[in-house]
Formats: sequence, C-alpha cells, structure tokens
Amino acid sequence: MTTQHGRRQLLLIALVAVTLLVLIASIRYGAIDFSIAEISHALASLFPGRPEPTLDQRIFLELRFPRAILCLLVGASLGVGGTLMQALFRNPIVEPGLVGTSSGAAFGSALFFVLGGVFHIGASLWSLPIAACAGGIISTYLVFLLARSREDRRASIVMLLLTGLAVNALFMSAIGFLSYIARDPQARSITFWSLGTLSGASWKAVEIVALTTILGSIVALRYAKQLNALMIGEEEATYLGVNVNRLKWIILSVNVVIVAVATAFTGVISFVGLVVPHILRMLGGADNRFLIVGSALTGATLLTLADLIARLSVRPAELPIGIVTSAVGVPVFIFLLRRRQYVF
Amino acid sequence: MLVSHNITFRVGNKVLISEISASFAPGGLHLLVGPNGAGKSTLVKVLARLLRPQTGTVEYEGTDVSGASEAELAKRRAVLSQAIEIAFPLTVREVVMMGRYPHFSGRPGPTDERIVDEVMQHFDVTEFEHRYYQTLSGGERQRVNFARVLAQLWDDGSVASCRYLFLDEPLTFLDIRHQIDFMKRIRSFTAAGNVVTVGVVHDLNLAARFADQILMLNGGRIVANGTPAEVLTTERISQVFGVQPTMVQTHDSGLHLIFN
Repeated sequence: MTTQHGRRQLLLIALVAVTLLVLIASIRYGAIDFSIAEISHALASLFPGRPEPTLDQRIFLELRFPRAILCLLVGASLGVGGTLMQALFRNPIVEPGLVGTSSGAAFGSALFFVLGGVFHIGASLWSLPIAACAGGIISTYLVFLLARSREDRRASIVMLLLTGLAVNALFMSAIGFLSYIARDPQARSITFWSLGTLSGASWKAVEIVALTTILGSIVALRYAKQLNALMIGEEEATYLGVNVNRLKWIILSVNVVIVAVATAFTGVISFVGLVVPHILRMLGGADNRFLIVGSALTGATLLTLADLIARLSVRPAELPIGIVTSAVGVPVFIFLLRRRQYVF
Repeated sequence: MLVSHNITFRVGNKVLISEISASFAPGGLHLLVGPNGAGKSTLVKVLARLLRPQTGTVEYEGTDVSGASEAELAKRRAVLSQAIEIAFPLTVREVVMMGRYPHFSGRPGPTDERIVDEVMQHFDVTEFEHRYYQTLSGGERQRVNFARVLAQLWDDGSVASCRYLFLDEPLTFLDIRHQIDFMKRIRSFTAAGNVVTVGVVHDLNLAARFADQILMLNGGRIVANGTPAEVLTTERISQVFGVQPTMVQTHDSGLHLIFN
C-alpha cells in the first residue's frame, strides 16, 4: 500500500509537470508563434500602470490564452467523466459519449443556435450551457429508460451501448436537420459543433467550464471511496455501507453536468473520456481517488496535445478537434477491445 | 441476538419467503438448508437487510433494522457471497482494505492498516498482497474476500455491540479441502467473539458437521429448526429433498449422510 501510494503520488506529480509543459507549448504555438518574452510582456500588460497591449499581445490574451485554458478544462471534464462512467457501470469500455450525453448536449446547443436566431432569445451568459445541459440530461435519461430491462429494471451494458448508439444516431440526425434548416452562420456553427472545436473559446467560457469542472471533480472525489466499493459489485457495495441508488444518481448528475457544459462550448469530442482512465489504470491501478485526479490531468494533457495537432497540421487554418481525437482514439479503442476479452 | 418476526418477502405475486420467525444467538453457527428455490438466499438477504420484507421485522439487539442507515449497518454487519468478479485491476490489499471502508473516512488510519495486516496473515494471503485480484485462483480469491469480510467485522474496540456475519453460499465454487477449512475458520471466528453467524450451505454433511443450529426451509417456509440431529432426520430429508439418505454415525465428526 505504501509503495503503491507513493508511486501514485509520484505519477500525479509527474502528470502536473507534463500538463504544465503541454500548456506552455499550447500557448506558444499556433497560427502565430509567441516567444516566452512576448508571452510575459502580454501577461505583464494586464497589470495596472502598464502600457496598453499591442495587437499581438491582444491576440494572445483574448484568443490563444483562454483557448489553452478552456482546452485544459474540457479535457479534464472529459477525463473525469470517463472515469466516473466506467466506475459506475463497472465496465472499462464506457465513455460519456456512448450513453448519449454529448450528442444530446450538442443537440441542445444546436437547437439554441437555431431557435435563438429565430426567436431572438436573449443570449445571456448561461443560456447556451443550460440548453446543452438540458439536451445532455434528456438524451442520457432516454438511453437509460430505453435500455432498462422489463424484468429487473436494470440496464445491462450491452443494452446501454446499443441503445446509446441508436439515441446518438437519432440526435445526430436531429442536428443534421437543424443545420439543414438553419441559415448559413448558424449552420456553420452547428457543423463545427458536431465535430468539436475550441476556436470559440473566450474567458466567459473558461469561467463557466472552470466552475463546473472544479465543483464536479470535488464532488466526484468525495464519492471516490464509494465508487471503489462499487467495483466489487452493487450488492457488495451495499454491504460495505454504500447507498448504491443515491450514489448512481449523484455520479450520473455530476457526469451529465460536467460533460454537457464542456460540450456546450466545444461540441462533441469523443474518445478522450474512454482512453484516459485506461492509461491511468495501466500506470497506477484502479483506485478511484487516484483515477479522478489523474484523469483530470491526463485528459487536460491529451486534449491540449490534440488541439496542438489540430492547429499545427493545417496552419494557418485548423481542423475540428473531434477529428483528431477520433482518428487517434478509434484505433486505441479497437486495440483495447481486442486485447481484453470483455464478456458482455 | 438476531430475531426475525413473521417476515414475508414477495417479488410481484410470487412469495419467496413466508412468515419466517426465528432467533439466532451470538456465538453459534446457524445454517440454512433446503432444496433450490426454498428461499434460503432470500432469507439471508432479508436478514442482512439487502432486501426489505413486505411484512414482518428483523431486529438486531432488539432494534428494528429497517430504519438504520447503510453506513451505520455496515459497521457491524458483513456478508460473504459467492465468487466476486472485478473488472478493474485491484490489488489484494486494496480489496481487503475495502472491509475497513465503513470504519474510516478519507484515508485509512493506522488501526485499519494493522487490522488488514492481521486478517491477511490469518488467511495466508499476505504473500500476494500486491498481486492483482484477477490473477488469483478461485480458492485464493475467496480467501481474500473472507479476509475482507472479517476486516469489516474485526473487533477494533470501537464497536461494543453484537456483530452479524452472513454467508450467501460462499463455498459454491470451492473444493472440499477449502470448504472444510472455511467452515472451521467461520466457526472459530463466531465462537470467539460476540458474533451471530447465519449462512446458506448446500452440502448437508457440511451443515451437519459444523452447525449449532439448522433451519430447514422448503417452499419459503420453515419446516424444521433445531440441532443437526433434530433436523436432519431420514424422513424429513426424503420428504423435503426427494432423495433417500442413509445415516452413518462416525465416532470423530458425528453424523454422515449417504444418498442412494
């Protein structure tokens, strides 16, 4: 225990270091590269009494920097969400997207784009995340409702995955319909959203996603021990003093909120939530206290790397980030499926 | 003392156990026997309060358990079940430590670490404490689970009241040597402290050899309740199980049953 505990702490420290390194790369390179000196001047210009920032410095402060931070936060949300869903389903191939949360959230935001344009609904700070959250909650609930067996009212994993597939397809077709009827700028936002993009990052988005990610992770950490107990079975967890039904609702709610809000600002980004917990389990075992903290850091690192690839591969243009994560994530997913003989 | 008053448990219209009243004293090993579908497992789950009966009450030390919180209950009630599968890489020590979960919040304290060391020693699993649970054989796994369950009920001086151990067919996938070994350990744990143990066992010979009290169930009702010699009679076994036993009295370990 002590050795494993020490090993995990070392791993987490190493992950913090890697995350910081990747963050520095992320704020330096892109359509324009910034030197460390330019970055420090730009940051210094924020303090009172300094000269007004130059155009380059403003690009850095208002576009590049919030984008890098948002990327960290969204990656962290997806990583934590993946860990929570895998722990909850006691199955290592579940991810937030598979049970409909992210496509529902994307649908909610697409609907908001289109209807907001039609009815001129006040675009207050919170309306987009609320629309996305509502979409995420509805689609997740729909998946659970449809996947539940008639006999014992439990959702088996294979039913969840298949139902999730169907509901995802349904929401994707709804998104397609919305972008078909939408006017051009809206349609373009919708397309970008269903592929995932960080190009719309702003400090407002950072504030909101930071709030849900940090609060969600803190709540999740409080239930890490109960999630550990759940690994040996629902009945066994009950015998160990866990109120399993309550735990399920809390963890599902945390997952829906953090994933839906992240999706609200970036669109659907797949496979991060699936791959991150696997990498960590291989490195440091399955204790959820370690996994939750570690998957926040690893998710942040991986998504930042993906964003760098998205920005640098076709610069000065950029790819939707979902394309990058899927291109890397799909082979990893298939590898994991083949390597471990999961019994459905 | 564990007492059940007139408990009935149904799923839909199907009555699984019906009007069960019985009491189980500390220090004794109480085993439930009966054919498949007799309601043994359901009764154990109702007594352990995993299931809540539609009518009747279960009392621990004279207090109805229906109002107790899961966390409170877990400090003095543990259940050893059939083979447990874990889909994630957990070490033996982590699994055993789960038994201490009801007793600490946050990180395990020195008492918890000491108890885990003791129970792992007691079940000879210390040598693979850092191995992953999935890599163990069936017998080794069940030793780990037994260590976990005893870690949960281990007397750390903080719980003065009676503790309750339930066995939900834990011997199902074990060979005969392990079965006897486990029953011996369960009996000595029960006899040593203020512990009530109620379990389901399929093998009538094991029940005859180790039980202080046997409850025979059939069709969800108690058909006999008493010492092995009182309950396991030739007529009753042939009536309830539909097989004809021959009783053999041995000088070392009591009653033996041979089925024709």
